[in-house]
Amino acid sequence: MTSSILLPLLGGALIGLSASLLLLANGRVAGISGVVGSLLAPVHGDIAWRVLFFGGLLTGGLLLAWLRPASFAAPASLNPGGVALLVAAGLLVGFGSRLGNGCTSGHGVCGISRGSARSIAATLTFMATGILTVFLARHVF
Amino acid sequence: MCPNISAFLSGLIFALGLGLSGMTDPANVLGFLDIAGGWDFRLAFVMGGAIAVHAALRPLIYKRERPLFAPKFPAFSVSGVDRGLLVGAGLFGVGWGLGGYCPGPALTSFATGATQLLVFVPAMFAGMYLAQVLQARRSASAGTPSLGATPAP
Repeated sequence: MTSSILLPLLGGALIGLSASLLLLANGRVAGISGVVGSLLAPVHGDIAWRVLFFGGLLTGGLLLAWLRPASFAAPASLNPGGVALLVAAGLLVGFGSRLGNGCTSGHGVCGISRGSARSIAATLTFMATGILTVFLARHVF
Repeated sequence: MCPNISAFLSGLIFALGLGLSGMTDPANVLGFLDIAGGWDFRLAFVMGGAIAVHAALRPLIYKRERPLFAPKFPAFSVSGVDRGLLVGAGLFGVGWGLGGYCPGPALTSFATGATQLLVFVPAMFAGMYLAQVLQARRSASAGTPSLGATPAP
């Protein structure tokens, strides 16, 4: 049981370290939806670090795919129903994270770390609707 | 140059953290959200570990007058919990529960080129864009600064 929580704990520590590095060096909050979403309405002089953070994420993904492919779900062959579900999920994740001004990283990690009431409220809300959605999808419908 | 290297490294470490922790496999995420099934509690330790490290380092970082490569630390809005925050977070959670991907893991997994991400990630960006257009329009009509989207100067 201890080994099964060791990797999540270690991975989480790396995420906390990454957020700390971005704050210390760049004075920025490591909220993925904010960092990347703002690239859709770029502001002059505020682009390079966002692109490079995004590039770092993708490079990390490539490294993992090479060294630890088990990190990822197996590629799925999608039927039309699967595509519709993924499109709906993507739209909701993108729209909701920008409307709510943050996602799992910005509110859940950075916001809670500084004791922000807004972030605690947002995290409780998306945990609740996420749990409810999975409950309905798996146990009701 | 330096702020660009640190931003790149931060993104890289973030992705490695997501991959090692199990966040990049939606099966883990959905198992964690499924408290009525055989609840897979392990991902709670991801947020726990991340918050522990960041909450410990944050006060040390703030002892500095300013960040290494930036003029000032971020300022946070003092506004309280509002409807946009709760509605947005609520919709985000529904999408998270449907697909098992939140933005960080989706973008990290996008690098693998798997079909499901080639569908999910463009949809996610479309959703982000829609929200930003809506917020820009709303703030333009209300004359108040927008919460999420940064309007062009």
